[in-house]
Amino acid sequence: MNCDEFVELVTAYLEGALDEATQQRFAAHLSECDGCERYLDQIRQTVQTLATLPPHSLGGQARDRLLEAFREFHR
Amino acid sequence: MEAAPGGAIQTDAPLIDAELAGRLRGGDEKAFAELLDGWSQAMLRVARGYVSSDQTAEDVVQETWLAVIRGIDRFEGRSSLRTWVYRILVNIAKAHRARDSRTVPWPALAEDDTAPTVDRGRFQSADEPYPGHWRRFPMVWPSPETDVVAHEVRDTIEAAVAELPQRQRLVLTLRDMHGYSAVEVCEILEVSPQNQRVLLHRARAAVRARLEEYFGRPSTGGGEAR
Ligand SMILES: [Zn+2]
Repeated sequence: MNCDEFVELVTAYLEGALDEATQQRFAAHLSECDGCERYLDQIRQTVQTLATLPPHSLGGQARDRLLEAFREFHR
Repeated sequence: MEAAPGGAIQTDAPLIDAELAGRLRGGDEKAFAELLDGWSQAMLRVARGYVSSDQTAEDVVQETWLAVIRGIDRFEGRSSLRTWVYRILVNIAKAHRARDSRTVPWPALAEDDTAPTVDRGRFQSADEPYPGHWRRFPMVWPSPETDVVAHEVRDTIEAAVAELPQRQRLVLTLRDMHGYSAVEVCEILEVSPQNQRVLLHRARAAVRARLEEYFGRPSTGGGEAR
């Protein structure tokens, strides 16, 4: 496997979606290519950071209004 | 990656869904508050992908919940409850988008799902010693040492996500930001597993590339590395 193929398979690899033969070629390349190891790590790091972005939250007023609407509907 | 930041309630099991729906129909306010708090954050981000302001996104989410309150009797359990709620959300968001004059028109260009996600110039060509291999390895990223850098990294990512094509952005938002499963994202967006994976990969690669660009700027102390 070459590096330009490797970089396109990273997500399929992380999702466990590669077929057996491709999985083996991927792992073999990973074990011998520092550049691709780094690329894979950086994708992992990107995914981890995405999970830490501050959430967009519904304003307290909006939340209160919706709870009130729910109450009202079932009254 | 199932544990969602923001602690989304897992409603994969139809049984739990049926029970939840029953509690909503019965006017159980605690159940409604839990859903509201558990799901609204991801819903806001998804809505924001369709409309041009945070305020409009909030309107979309509020309208969605109102529609859920009034329409829960129509939930038949053919999809998960969360998918059902998202279908409503997407319809309302699209309607807002249609009357939102400030929004640029829906991109006419189809998203190219086959172009390489890493610039071809990064790899050696056929007449070089190792065709298809890195010309130069990706640079080492510095660990974000200060709060300022960590903050800038998050800003860089936010900006990169905002620029993604619609479907890539939606998949990345639900999968990587909010920890939804691949199965659920396929259901919500009505895409195949294969397609979902391609969209996710393209989005991740684009965000990684923006981070690389950010770290490569001299002022961030990234610098050159092999
Ligand atoms: Zn490689």
